[in-house]
Amino acid sequence: MGRILAALPILIALVFGAFFLWGLNPDRDPSAIPSVLISQPAPEFDLPAIEGMDTPGLSRADLAGNPAPVVVNVFASWCVPCRAEHAVLTRFVERDGVRLFGINYKDKPKDARGWLENLGNPYEKIGSDLNGRAGIEWGISGVPETFIISGDGTVLYRYVGPIVGEKAEEEFTTALVQARAAAGAGS
Amino acid sequence: MIPEIGQFALALALSIAVIQSIVPILGAARGNILWMQSARSSSIAQLIFIGIAFAALMRSFVVSDFTVRNVVENSNSLKPMLFKVAGSWGSHEGSLLLWVLILAAFGAGVALFGSNIPDGLKARTLSVQAWISTGFLSFLLLTSNPFERVFPPPPDGNDLNPLLQDVGLAMHPPLLYFGYVGFSIVFSFAVAALIEGRVDAAWARWVRPWTLAAWMSLTAGIALGSWWAYYELGWGGWWFWDPVENVSFMPWLLGTALLHSAIVTEKRDSFKSWTILLAILTFSLSLLGTFIVRSGVLTSVHAFAVDPQRGLYILGLLALAIGGSLALFAWRAPAMEGGGFFKPISREAGLLVNNLLLAAATGTVLFGTLYPLLMEAVTGEKISVGPPFFNAAFIPMMLPLVVVMGIGPFLSWKRADLMGVFQRLRFVALLTGLATLAVWYLAEGGPALAYLSVAIAVWLLFATLREWAGRIRLFDVPLRDSLRRARHLPRAAHGMTLAHAGLALAMFGFIGSSAWKSEEVVFVRPGESITIAGFDVRFDGVEQVRGPNYFADRGTLVVSRDGDPVTVLYPERRSYPVAQSTTTESAIRSTLAGDLYASLASPASDAVVDPGAWTLRILYEPLVFFIWMGSTLLILGGGLSLSDRRLRVGAPRRRIRAAAQTTPAE
Repeated sequence: MGRILAALPILIALVFGAFFLWGLNPDRDPSAIPSVLISQPAPEFDLPAIEGMDTPGLSRADLAGNPAPVVVNVFASWCVPCRAEHAVLTRFVERDGVRLFGINYKDKPKDARGWLENLGNPYEKIGSDLNGRAGIEWGISGVPETFIISGDGTVLYRYVGPIVGEKAEEEFTTALVQARAAAGAGS
Repeated sequence: MIPEIGQFALALALSIAVIQSIVPILGAARGNILWMQSARSSSIAQLIFIGIAFAALMRSFVVSDFTVRNVVENSNSLKPMLFKVAGSWGSHEGSLLLWVLILAAFGAGVALFGSNIPDGLKARTLSVQAWISTGFLSFLLLTSNPFERVFPPPPDGNDLNPLLQDVGLAMHPPLLYFGYVGFSIVFSFAVAALIEGRVDAAWARWVRPWTLAAWMSLTAGIALGSWWAYYELGWGGWWFWDPVENVSFMPWLLGTALLHSAIVTEKRDSFKSWTILLAILTFSLSLLGTFIVRSGVLTSVHAFAVDPQRGLYILGLLALAIGGSLALFAWRAPAMEGGGFFKPISREAGLLVNNLLLAAATGTVLFGTLYPLLMEAVTGEKISVGPPFFNAAFIPMMLPLVVVMGIGPFLSWKRADLMGVFQRLRFVALLTGLATLAVWYLAEGGPALAYLSVAIAVWLLFATLREWAGRIRLFDVPLRDSLRRARHLPRAAHGMTLAHAGLALAMFGFIGSSAWKSEEVVFVRPGESITIAGFDVRFDGVEQVRGPNYFADRGTLVVSRDGDPVTVLYPERRSYPVAQSTTTESAIRSTLAGDLYASLASPASDAVVDPGAWTLRILYEPLVFFIWMGSTLLILGGGLSLSDRRLRVGAPRRRIRAAAQTTPAE
């Protein structure tokens, strides 16, 4: 009896150890919370253009019926990381021919216009989400967030935070390439 | 040049640790006294070399040497000096260096101050300590070199995580590590005892001061960390059951159990294998904490930059240390029991209940902390375990523990007279009842559990004071005689009274601030007022201010009560441009009765709709101050006990020496 009891701690420790070994799997990210939107159709929304801008507004209809996957980026002029991300997104558009749509989240039209004039406008269409309603539909937790939407309007991928830095860009590009490959295979 | 000296010193320390891992323990096995005594000088040499390495790293931070990667990543030339110094342990590499420094300090401490410990046990203990040291020094040198250079050096550094730029937190890691790592020496003692196959009262006596020292530091470290979370994170709470908080709390719980079970082993020669097991498990939980914080298996606000490679290395170390020691335990422990006999009503039984409840509570916290990992591994589902689980599972275990804590000190060893104890506690019970009724009358609207908890805390406080009064026979004999008795009482007895009373006070804080907290999260424009817990708080707007390495929005809140001005609070939101992050600096008006706590939440997204308006979080938390007061008493109580032991260890020394001389005949 004493012998069994004395061996109990090591047995429990071994079980825990096995779990830890499993937990160290490098592909596992404990802080990643799977978005409920993934593999779902993009949410219903209809946003007007930013006041005083020529770029048209954005709605659910713009995300369906595209020949290739498109990217939706949630941004705001008051968001400092967005400024850094802007350069990266512009590069994606110019170099890789990504079709980029924007949701301008809780931003003053004047500030948003100034910001886009200053940095350039890589967005094909921008919806102005003044009251944050569309943000709720998309379930964003902060700004910026970026989604990849398949040609038929299904959400394929979500990136939380700015796509800045080698690792983030690589991760995003990989997702984009996969999305395009899937679209190619499907058609 | 200096960083290279540091790295070289680390390599030297590692080679010394390897020698110390082998030579003294072989010496102990062969009875070679010279080999055994080599542990003394090698322990001290290890401390010196790791000290040199640490000093080299600290110097790099102080002079902002941006050729060192670690400095670049965690410092900035504009940072205040205190935080440059604290930056030395702000990163994974630096904190690990601090870890091994403290490990070496405890080894050297035993080498220097353990002159009363028999040579064999000391040599084995220091060898085991050197095994741990070898593991972690090699981990440091192979995977996490703090002295790595960068070329070309950048003009300035990336700054330390601003959340960590705080006086409380600058001190928190050293204290916490002192506690965490301090248990290593207790672990080494336990493993050495298992190797020797002998645990006796003397062993417990040698181990207790080290346990106590580690426990005190851990208490201080946890209290400081909790204080930091309270005023820096701006959430208005002092404990969040975050995985990293839990992993520091588990060794504390088990260390507390160890502290008490070692008393039984010392005084009654009983609970031996249990004490050994606790010693092993307490340090194992410290190691587990190191693993969880640095491997990224769980998600937490505190985690270091994560690297699975490092995680694997630490897991390997864990497997060796914990697996090895527990296997040794499984092999040796069954032969070790024996010792004193006791009745179900006795101090031993009281301490047994204490130990079982503390161990069960530790198990609960461990289970809750790891449950998300276990769940994900088994079902693939991602869940998180939050405060509701811990509160529901932990509190019901702690309350009976506190009830027993009140009675325990009255019980005598071997067999106690329960009726007599109850007789002495009559007044305490009466007072507790009255005080609870008073609380019930004064503070309405709390949950039933809160009133029960108040009653139990009051019970503990009065029972502890009653026990102390009984010892010095307060009011039984003239006051002068009582004072004389108090002077002659062993310091450990005063220490216990202080620590137990401290826990009672801290409990008032826990209960008051959880059950009777008022909280308002409001959207305010300048000039508007809010009323909370009888205070009128007027928001006078936000202004921009500048700090050494940050900009801040500082709100002005004028607080009055019934028209009389009380205070002005200035909560801030700081943004650190270099580190690209923001922190909240809450403003707190602290009194014995409660804290008025204000923090500014983000304005940004709503500024469009209404410029000048801010989201404000205002809380009134009764009795929070008691938490810090109680924690201080816990530490002071530990210190008093420790000072007593140092004095007393001298007395039985002669007896042990005499006994030691007869042992070779065995």
